[in-house]
Amino acid sequence: MPDELTVNGERHALPDDPRVTLLDFLRHDLGLTGTKKGCDHGQCGACTVIVNGLRINSCLTLAAMHEGHQVTTIEGLGIADAPSALQRAFVEHDGFQCGYCTPGQICSATAMLDEIAQQWPSDASENLDGPFEPSGAEIRERMSGNLCRCGAYANIVAAIRDVAASEPAA
Amino acid sequence: MRPFDYQRAHSPGEAARMAAASDAMLIAGGTNLLDLMKLQVHSPARLADIGRIGLDGIQETPDGGLRIGALATNTETAVHPRVRADYPVLARAILAGATQQLRNKATTGGNLCQRTRCYYFMNIDQPCNKRDPGSGCGAIGGVNKLHAVLGTSDQCIATYPGDMAVALTALGAEVVIADSEGKERTVPVRDFHRLPGDTPWRDNVLEPGEIILAVTLPPSVKGIQLYRKVRERSSYAFALVSVAALIAIEHGKFSRADLAFGGLAHKPWHDPRIGELLVGQTPSPDLFDQAADLLLEGAEGHGDNDFKIPLARRTLHAVLAEAVEKAA
Repeated sequence: MPDELTVNGERHALPDDPRVTLLDFLRHDLGLTGTKKGCDHGQCGACTVIVNGLRINSCLTLAAMHEGHQVTTIEGLGIADAPSALQRAFVEHDGFQCGYCTPGQICSATAMLDEIAQQWPSDASENLDGPFEPSGAEIRERMSGNLCRCGAYANIVAAIRDVAASEPAA
Repeated sequence: MRPFDYQRAHSPGEAARMAAASDAMLIAGGTNLLDLMKLQVHSPARLADIGRIGLDGIQETPDGGLRIGALATNTETAVHPRVRADYPVLARAILAGATQQLRNKATTGGNLCQRTRCYYFMNIDQPCNKRDPGSGCGAIGGVNKLHAVLGTSDQCIATYPGDMAVALTALGAEVVIADSEGKERTVPVRDFHRLPGDTPWRDNVLEPGEIILAVTLPPSVKGIQLYRKVRERSSYAFALVSVAALIAIEHGKFSRADLAFGGLAHKPWHDPRIGELLVGQTPSPDLFDQAADLLLEGAEGHGDNDFKIPLARRTLHAVLAEAVEKAA
C-alpha cells in the first residue's frame, strides 16, 4: 500500500510535507487529538503511541517514515463507552489529575505489559533471564519515559499493577 | 524544522551515495536527529531514510561472536538471547539508557553516531566550535556539569553521551563501515569516536559517503561483566560517570580486566594501561587506587564538573570491588 499508513485500522494517505511528524499527522491531519504534544522532544512521553506493536514517541518520528505501518493511538485502545482495562483502572485508581499525560501513559502501559509478558528485561531487573514480574520497581523503571506533572505516579502504578494482576502472564 | 527533501534509500550503496552529498543527512530511528532538526542544530537540505535498506537483524558469526546490524534497534539488541547470556554488559548498558519508547526506535548505527548533549551545542544562540566552527566554546568557563575531564581541547569539552558504546568499547567490538562503492573497512569501536582536538565538529572517523553496516562482537568471554551508571536520577538520565567492566579472576589474581568509561570524555574512554596494571595482581583497595591514578592522570575539571574526578575514582573502586565479590 504505497504512500499510506494505517491508524486504528483505517488507512490514510501520508502528508505531502515530509516535515510532518507522526504526532502532528495524528492530531492535525487526522483529528485524533487524544495523543498529546507535551515537550515535542521525546522527553515527556505524552505523545506515546504504539507502532507495529512497539511504543514510540510520535513527536520524534516523521509520518513519512511509517509508510505501511500499523499505528494504534489511545482512540484505538478504547473509547468512553468501551474503555480498555487500563483505561478503567486509571479511572478507578484516580491515576491522573489534569489528564494531559494520561493517553501517553495508557498507550505506554499497554505496550509495557506486553513487554513483560514477552519476558523483556529492564534496568530494574535483578537478572536478565527473568521471570519478570510487574512489581512497583519494575513498573516505575519501565514507565520512566512518561512524566506526570501532577504527580499522580502512585495511583498510575496502582492502576497498572491492578491490570497486570488480573491478566494471566504469557 | 527547515524544509528538506525526503527520500527513501533502498540499499546500503544507495544510502552511502546519498550520504556523500554535503547537504544530506541519513535518518534511521531519528530520535536524536529530529530533535536536533527541530532545534535547527541540523538543517539538512536532503534527508535520506535508511530505515529499510536491509541492515537489521542480529546474526551469529563463524567465530562464535555476533554481528549486530546497523539498523537493529537498541531493544532488539538488549532482549536478544545471546546478548543477555553472553554479553550482559551490553544488555545492561543499553537498558540503562533512555526510555523504552526511545530504545524501540534507536538503532545501533544511530546510537554510535548520536551527538553530544552539551547545552551550548544544542542551543543555536550560543557559541559552539562543534556546531559552528570558530564561534568559541560556551562550556569552557560556562555551565559544564555534564562535560569532559579527560582528553579535552581548548576548543571543546563535550562528552559522548551514550551507554551502548561504552559497553562495546569494553568488549572490544568492531564497527563495519562501507563506502559508496561498497568497499568495506573495519574500525575498532575504541577508535571509532575521536577526541575533539582542533576539529571538534568531527565526532567520529566516518568519512562523507560512508555508512555503518554493522557492529561485530568477539566470541563471548568468561568472567564477570558489569555496567555501573551514576546519574542524577535513577532512570532516563545521561551518565555523569559510567563504567563497563569485563573482569576475570583466577587463583586470586585478575586474569582479565577490560574497562571502559562513559561521561568522562568526547569518546568512550579506554586506557589499556589499566588492564595491564591489574592483570596478574591480587585485588586490593591500594591496587584499585593505582588503577584510578592511571585513569585520572591529567584529568582536569572545568568548575561544575570537578566532581567527576573523585566520582570516577569511587565508581571504579566500587565496580572492581563488586566484580571481586561476584567472582568469589
